[in-house]
Amino acid sequence: MNKEKQNCQHKTSAVKLYFHYISVKIRCMMQYKKSFILTSLGQFLSSFNAFVGIFFLFRRFHSIAGYTYSDVLFCYSIVVMEFSLAECVARGFDSFSRIVRQGTFDRIMTRPRNEILQVLGDNFEPTRLSKMLQAIVIFGYGISRSGTDWDFIKVITVILTVICGTAVFCGIFLINASLCFFTMEGLEVINIFTDGAREYGQYPIDVYGKRMTRFCTFVIPYTLVQLYPLQFITGRSDNILFAFLPVAALLFLLPCYALWRFGVRKYKSAGS
Amino acid sequence: MSLLSIYNKWKKYISFFKLRFAMGLQYRTAAIAGIATQFVWGFMEIKVFYAFNTSDPDSFPMGFEQLASYIWMQQAFLALFMTWFMENEIFDSIMDGNICYELCRPIDIYNMWFARSVANRLSRALLRCAPILLVAFFLPEPYSMTLPPDVFTFILFIIAMILGMTVTAAMCMLVYMLSFFTVSPQGLRIIFSMTAEILQGIVIPIPFFPPGVQRIVELLPFASMENVPLRIYSGNISGGAAAKAMLMQMFWIIALIAAGKLIYRSASRKITVQGG
Amino acid sequence: MIVVKNIRKTYRVTKRNAGFSEAVKSFFKRDYETVTALDNISFSINDGETVGYIGPNGAGKSTTIKILSGILTPDSGECLVDGRIPWKNRIGHVARIGVVFGQRSQIWWDVPVVDSFELLKDIYSIPADIYSRNKNELTELLDLGEILRTPARQLSLGQRMRCELAASLLHSPDILFLDEPTIGLDAVSKIAVREFIVKLNRERKTTIILTTHDMQDIEAITKRVILIGKGKILLDGDISEISGKGDIDRTVAELYRSYEI
Repeated sequence: MNKEKQNCQHKTSAVKLYFHYISVKIRCMMQYKKSFILTSLGQFLSSFNAFVGIFFLFRRFHSIAGYTYSDVLFCYSIVVMEFSLAECVARGFDSFSRIVRQGTFDRIMTRPRNEILQVLGDNFEPTRLSKMLQAIVIFGYGISRSGTDWDFIKVITVILTVICGTAVFCGIFLINASLCFFTMEGLEVINIFTDGAREYGQYPIDVYGKRMTRFCTFVIPYTLVQLYPLQFITGRSDNILFAFLPVAALLFLLPCYALWRFGVRKYKSAGS
Repeated sequence: MSLLSIYNKWKKYISFFKLRFAMGLQYRTAAIAGIATQFVWGFMEIKVFYAFNTSDPDSFPMGFEQLASYIWMQQAFLALFMTWFMENEIFDSIMDGNICYELCRPIDIYNMWFARSVANRLSRALLRCAPILLVAFFLPEPYSMTLPPDVFTFILFIIAMILGMTVTAAMCMLVYMLSFFTVSPQGLRIIFSMTAEILQGIVIPIPFFPPGVQRIVELLPFASMENVPLRIYSGNISGGAAAKAMLMQMFWIIALIAAGKLIYRSASRKITVQGG
Repeated sequence: MIVVKNIRKTYRVTKRNAGFSEAVKSFFKRDYETVTALDNISFSINDGETVGYIGPNGAGKSTTIKILSGILTPDSGECLVDGRIPWKNRIGHVARIGVVFGQRSQIWWDVPVVDSFELLKDIYSIPADIYSRNKNELTELLDLGEILRTPARQLSLGQRMRCELAASLLHSPDILFLDEPTIGLDAVSKIAVREFIVKLNRERKTTIILTTHDMQDIEAITKRVILIGKGKILLDGDISEISGKGDIDRTVAELYRSYEI
């Protein structure tokens, strides 16, 4: 056996390690095919009821605060896409209380890698992608009913919105995970901002009034990944700024990360 | 049966209820957080309907203050009617076969599970309803909750609520019993809960369904859960319509319990024959 | 070289009495209690030493291990492991140590063990040549052969512990922390694990720090014992001080009694 120092060597890149984690995770899941298929199916159906609700309401009402059926479908599908992608990527944050309680976080701390990379990689959750699939179907349905003129910038806007919206939801999951360092259980309150945002983000946020819109712009930047890009895409506004506003939502990740650092420090001083 | 033996029989359910209640109290932050969550959800829900009402008031099928009361009562008593709140313990014991030990004991499993799930639902609801209702009463118009029109309505509401909870519990029992016969109890549970969520009026209240759909849905057992008590409380249905709805609830209680017991009997026969 | 100087560590815990009314009361007001887990602990361990760290449950053993492995930060005191402060620069520190928690697994449950090893290779950034040499050596020494291709959940406890040991040594750490490595193992596996650790220490000069309740482990593996009780070090000396006086379990039980821990 040897004992040479490995200080001079290169570190395996974080991206490569992340994909290695995912490949192990998928191999693990394939051991339980039936459960995998059922969970995926359940996820596919899980937000179907919300769609039925919208469908029924728009048989009765013609519009809500100036928005049409297809506008709402559009909003709904974008938010579900963002949410399900975030659940898939950041499931580790979402179930972080279990990770702390079972002592898995101690194990993570004894490995020479960034904690977030390990938590995310080790808890990748591909079953959530089936919910994404459902959202894409409804997105297509919504588009087919609306008379939107698509151009290159609008396509880019949709992609940016979904990516940055996913980041916003990941940020909220990260807050929830950080709180586990303080309460052990995580807080159900966070559901307001995750499940609640998914549920109520199906309508353009200004439906909920001015104060709510302001809160969802400056405290948690939901409007930047929902309302404003929608204004641009549906042609309600031709302010090109709205097309790239989703990128500004990424700033939200900074305070989330700061809270996480603070939580890790607390964990190191208090233990589990 | 003497009074004492009835008391003894119920004592264990009461102590089970107390235990659950104490357990609920222990998770203080969780309880407060849960209440806050439900409050926000109720508020957002009302906001959506408010926006619909402003955009298209002629199509609104009920008074707005009726809707507000409906939503707040729904949030406050969520635990009584949510079909997602089923007990994993029961599913597990069915799946891993531990159920045969319970079947050997000289008690009626159907009754035991029924009482347990009622105790569970009650303790959860009681823990959470008061703060939500209290705040909901003091909200500004048009979001605030209102009192029922008269005492008689309130009494009807209480009765309908008990009936509704019983229908919910009986319905869940049916799912437990059916899961003896399915390959995937979890799959059954998901499909059932999703169906119940939309058809009992949790996603949107039944009066908001398209009229044709509404007529059919009101005949289903799902409409006998939260739909009846909440609409009686808010004054959306009264008099003959209320009486009819409550009769419907009683019918479904009898039908669902009978069906559940029937399946229970054949399930226990199946288990004793196969040996689990 | 591990140097620990005047380490102190306290925890705050909630307490609640039994009973329904107490549950209601604690909903509104909670009482906290401060528990001292480590009370001015000092010791030093040289490279290549084998140390048994013993004491009753709750004495502060795992708190010490957690501090040394960079998981916990002490309230006060100094600690240097090969010149590094464990809780600062965590990543640099843990790259050079190995930790085995007997009660927790570090290999992935549902994939063949070798897949876990491959992942650890990327986690620890082990160069390919060193990885394959270490893997081959460990496979031979721990007799892992066929086991490597089996998913971990299908392994017996003894087989799994051997895999755990290999997993924590792939990156050739200088120090190995073992937290109850033989718990629940049958006699054959226990002996295999002990023999392996002794050999590891002899050939690789890996520093071994072992916490356990199994005194046979201590006797077989360590040359030095540190006894901790109620957060204080009560005894630090050669294994001969407690072994060789008849039944070692009795000797230790006697020791615990004499210190009232």
